[in-house]
Amino acid sequence: MLEIKNLHARIAEDGTEILRGIDLKVNAGEVHAVMGPNGSGKSTLSYILAGKEDYEVTEGEIIFHGENLLDMEPDERAAAGVFLAFQYPIEIPGVATMEFLKTAMNAQRKARGQAELTIPDFMKLVRAKAADLNVTMDMLKRPLNVGFSGGEKKRAEILQMSLLEPSLCVLDETDSGLDIDALRIVSEGVNKLRSPERAMIVITHYQRLLDHIVPDVVHVLSKGKIVKTGGKELALELEKNGYADYVGEAA
Amino acid sequence: MPAVQETIDQVKAIDVDQYKYGFVTDIDSEKGAKGLSEETVRFLSAKKDEPEWMTEWRLDALRRFRTMEEPDWARVDYPKIDFDALYYWAAPKSVEGPKSLDEVDPELLATYEKLGIPLREQEILAGVEPKNRVAVDAVFDSVSVVTTFKEELKKAGVIFCSISEALREYPDLVKKYLGSVVPVTDNYYATLNSAVFSDGSFVYIPEGVRCPMELSTYFRINEQNTGQFERTLIIADKGSYVSYLEGCTAPQRDENQLHAAVVELVALDDAEIKYSTVQNWFPGDSQGKGGIYNFVTKRGDCRGKNSKIAWTQVETGSAITWKYPSCILRGDNSVGEFYSIAVSNGYQQIDSGTKMIHLGKNTSSRIISKGISAGRSSNTYRGLVSAHKKASHTRNFTQCDSLLIGQECGAHTVPYIESKNASAVFEHEATTSKISDDQMFYCLQRGMNEEEAVALIVNGFVKDVIQQLPMEFAVEAQKLISISLEGSVG
Repeated sequence: MLEIKNLHARIAEDGTEILRGIDLKVNAGEVHAVMGPNGSGKSTLSYILAGKEDYEVTEGEIIFHGENLLDMEPDERAAAGVFLAFQYPIEIPGVATMEFLKTAMNAQRKARGQAELTIPDFMKLVRAKAADLNVTMDMLKRPLNVGFSGGEKKRAEILQMSLLEPSLCVLDETDSGLDIDALRIVSEGVNKLRSPERAMIVITHYQRLLDHIVPDVVHVLSKGKIVKTGGKELALELEKNGYADYVGEAA
Repeated sequence: MPAVQETIDQVKAIDVDQYKYGFVTDIDSEKGAKGLSEETVRFLSAKKDEPEWMTEWRLDALRRFRTMEEPDWARVDYPKIDFDALYYWAAPKSVEGPKSLDEVDPELLATYEKLGIPLREQEILAGVEPKNRVAVDAVFDSVSVVTTFKEELKKAGVIFCSISEALREYPDLVKKYLGSVVPVTDNYYATLNSAVFSDGSFVYIPEGVRCPMELSTYFRINEQNTGQFERTLIIADKGSYVSYLEGCTAPQRDENQLHAAVVELVALDDAEIKYSTVQNWFPGDSQGKGGIYNFVTKRGDCRGKNSKIAWTQVETGSAITWKYPSCILRGDNSVGEFYSIAVSNGYQQIDSGTKMIHLGKNTSSRIISKGISAGRSSNTYRGLVSAHKKASHTRNFTQCDSLLIGQECGAHTVPYIESKNASAVFEHEATTSKISDDQMFYCLQRGMNEEEAVALIVNGFVKDVIQQLPMEFAVEAQKLISISLEGSVG
């Protein structure tokens, strides 16, 4: 589904090199964890997949469903099935969460040539999925992410993910800012979305998220390169020994 | 609304009609009164069969106007207006409109389409000539709509007619209230308007009557053109209520570059007036040329105790907007409200706001102003809140928010607060924000395109004011704001 080949990228503004040759292949149905120390390029990778303008790809390519992802605008990528769950979800004042969900869903449907959802159909969908994630009607009426607690923000992200039904889910440090209970609710929401047609890239610092969302493959990212790939036991090893071994290897 | 009669050489010179609406104006008959003079005023007044006191009133205004200077304190910039180059009277037949929608600029029609305006209404808005518009009346049934409408109002005792008609039918009412809120010498443009006003609406709601429907200029203008110097007078007698809608969301075909309207509202004891405006006149072309100059004086007088006047406005059009709908809170316990959305794009210049003059005891006012600037436009909020020394326990809350889109626009907030009574509580909050790159990226990542994302964020920004509009207006106004900002990003 997704193939990243020799990806090099830098910050557009000052030219700082962040990614130095990433190779990654993700098949449908797989969950890949990307782990690594601060500043290793994990979030940059997620932003480049989603198409954020602040980065400049200097070398390499990303093929998604057989198409060159780097040629597509962020909204085209979204309609093609790329979803990024933000580490820090953005506040949209005055726009009710419900309104935002409807606009996003219909925008994607329009881009794919589908008819817009009717209000009753939309409401039915939202009610069903919101209940799973413990998202109340009251929360849906509040402006998106404005005054939300850390847990509410992440649940709102996963709600969007489940409604938009992307084929590639990129979760950027979804566990940050979550207490144990919230972590469980969010993880359950994510696990529900695991399917043979869907791939996930789970970016995290910590093993604890991977207790809940068990990955098929674990990658260690250091200084802009994948320095080690293994099974889920690799995450446990990292938890025990830290990143010190790998930081050295990349240098 | 349909073709208005007056035209200006200046407008022709800058190609505004050719550019935007693509129709020909060929005025050769009954131009009558070119230039601003006593003859012009007498001619105008005679044509309208006005009583003599009205003619004198106009002439007095003209004499006063001669002694006044054009104000220059507003943050707007435009070439000097040559009042002697304007026509102040032209007979309705002298303007030739497009023969059918085929002759109307496709760009304009595209906008109508986006607003979801039915074809028949499009014809009226684009000023397609009435004789080619027979089908409109058949489908729209505007004659019978207006008739039914008038009958219902009559039953309630409500007077709703043109001000010319009111001068003939209800001269005492007009004489009593005209100029009582905005005096003849109030300001340069109001004085000009007093001398040469063309027409406008007159509304009288009798004591204790709740007007059975929203009154809209839309109905009235289909009957009769108002011209560039519109004059509106609304009186709500004791314990009555009226909601009045002015303007319409569709871009209006208009050949007049200068608009100087005056609106006066009078609310007696326990009466309430709600006045909503959507203004979408031609803002000028992509180079900033042409476009309407809108110099308006709107003022409401809460003359009676416990009275209330609320202004709600959505301003998206005009090259220059100079407008401060205000409330004089004279009656004890009276309430003034001002809700405004002012959108500027391209080269538009807006200097708008309100005045809340607290004269009575326990009076309160509320101001919510949302300015959105895009392109190279300039958007200024200018407001005055004052308390007279005898006005005890007055309250005001003001919130002015500005949203900037892009790098080349400007937003300014100029609040004046004058309290001469120590018991007054005046609060002022102001914010300026930008649509951040992060917000845009977030929306795009969810699948919206740039225009959809801007529309969503802007609609969130203006929500507090949109909620104040009558339902049917609110939906249209939201669409209109999105359309006005098209092309402002990227």
